[in-house]
Amino acid sequence: MALAPGRPKPKPTPETKQFWDGCKDGKLLLQRCVETGKAYFPPRPFSPYTGSRNVETFEASGRATLHSYVIHHRPVPGFEPPYAIAVVELEEGPRMMTNIVDCPQTPEALVLDMPMVVAFTPLDDDITLPLFTPATKG
Amino acid sequence: MSYQPGSVAVVGASESTKIGAVPGMSQIMLHADAALNAMAECGLKPSDIDGVACVGPMMPQQIAHYLGITPSWVDGTGVGGCSFMLHVRHAAAAIMAGYAKTILITHGESGKSRINGTPRPAEPESLNGQFEIPYGPFGPPTLFPIPVLRYMKETGTTHEHLAMVSVVTREWAGKNPRAMFRDPLTVDDVLGSRMIAYPFRILQCCLVTDGGGAIILTSAERAKDFPTKPVYVLGSGESVETNMVSQMKDFTSSSAFRVAGPTAMKMAGISHADVDHLMIYDAFAHLPLYGLEDLGFCKRGEAKDFIWEGHTRPGGKLPLNTNGGGLSYTHTGMYGMFALQESIRQMRGTAPAQVPGAKVSVAHGVGGMFSASGTIVFSNEQP
Repeated sequence: MALAPGRPKPKPTPETKQFWDGCKDGKLLLQRCVETGKAYFPPRPFSPYTGSRNVETFEASGRATLHSYVIHHRPVPGFEPPYAIAVVELEEGPRMMTNIVDCPQTPEALVLDMPMVVAFTPLDDDITLPLFTPATKG
Repeated sequence: MSYQPGSVAVVGASESTKIGAVPGMSQIMLHADAALNAMAECGLKPSDIDGVACVGPMMPQQIAHYLGITPSWVDGTGVGGCSFMLHVRHAAAAIMAGYAKTILITHGESGKSRINGTPRPAEPESLNGQFEIPYGPFGPPTLFPIPVLRYMKETGTTHEHLAMVSVVTREWAGKNPRAMFRDPLTVDDVLGSRMIAYPFRILQCCLVTDGGGAIILTSAERAKDFPTKPVYVLGSGESVETNMVSQMKDFTSSSAFRVAGPTAMKMAGISHADVDHLMIYDAFAHLPLYGLEDLGFCKRGEAKDFIWEGHTRPGGKLPLNTNGGGLSYTHTGMYGMFALQESIRQMRGTAPAQVPGAKVSVAHGVGGMFSASGTIVFSNEQP
């Protein structure tokens, strides 16, 4: 799926580069706190649970559920309304904002808690976005 | 030393002379216009003010210099639309500590006319710029309602329940000549209005207006010498959670609300039954529901019925957003100042839709979507 031109492009920082590199390689990389075993997001080189710098990176399953969303009906550069701005809950616990692809952008098609799977979608040569699609599909 | 309820009082409070569409004033002049009004009503000149608070980096110096004030205390706390609640709380502490005697808090925003307006960029390197903005949110109407569908599912709240929030708020606005929208609404009107970001339609989103407001605080002891009726600060609370709505821990409840609200009420030494009047910052229609529940006025999932049954309406047991709220009165971009102004008017007995005999008012604010919160408990009686 090609994305419409004009979408705002994220700019990785030293703390997040690994995540964005992972997306480009088709891997959803999360971090976890070694002491508590709990995963977290967005990326940072320390645990938000304990403050410990003892953290590790791992590849998430890419499976998630649809936690909540809005369907925006007004024009925004890089987007064709109506489009859903969604939050998915990853199998490992953390949530992230995303868009839902290959699915009608309607309340009937977008049912809370439906299973989702990551669909890596290139924005350009540098950045690939972790979008999601319904898991029941295809 | 802990804050003794009622030790600090509001002696001056005013909005800008005009609110709504004010194309004849820039943003800084909206601050100044409200400040001049507030100083005039309590007989103060800029040289009498020794503390200044307003929202954001580099702002206290702009406002102080513009008005001709040489402060010994400043606060530029900027956590969104509830920043003024935090300013009141910080000012009360500063007055008790002796850092300043007479503190002026100002707000001005040319939200509609955009004359010297505030730019709101999200840097592409920021966490929002990396992990939210690329997915197409475009301002508060797309971000603030993101948790709503989850809240609806968990609490059994319907579209009709959420529409009723706008209906009741408009009923209050109908009593206020300064409210921008005053014509009565029905649930069907709300649900038939233009879709903005499902599940919210235009009548469930706040206004975008121009306006300003100012508040002057001093010690309760000095307040007795002013010509205005003192409004005492009984308690205050503040907290922040996350400026990424996608990272809120619980989409059905605000952590910042659950800290700020109870902290303020505990400090004030009041129970829910003591509250005669309530303001909950209503940038969007779901906020009164979250506020009523997170502050403990309703149990989880019961706010929808509380509003539906009319308890927050004119004549109800808990009058809520009596100026007409951000939904119908005014919303410059940072409405917290106007929620405070209405609480102060209610405590002075000068509100257009005055709650008869009201003695305790709670003003609860939200800022930067659900990222921050501040709560103030006011009374017209010193404990």
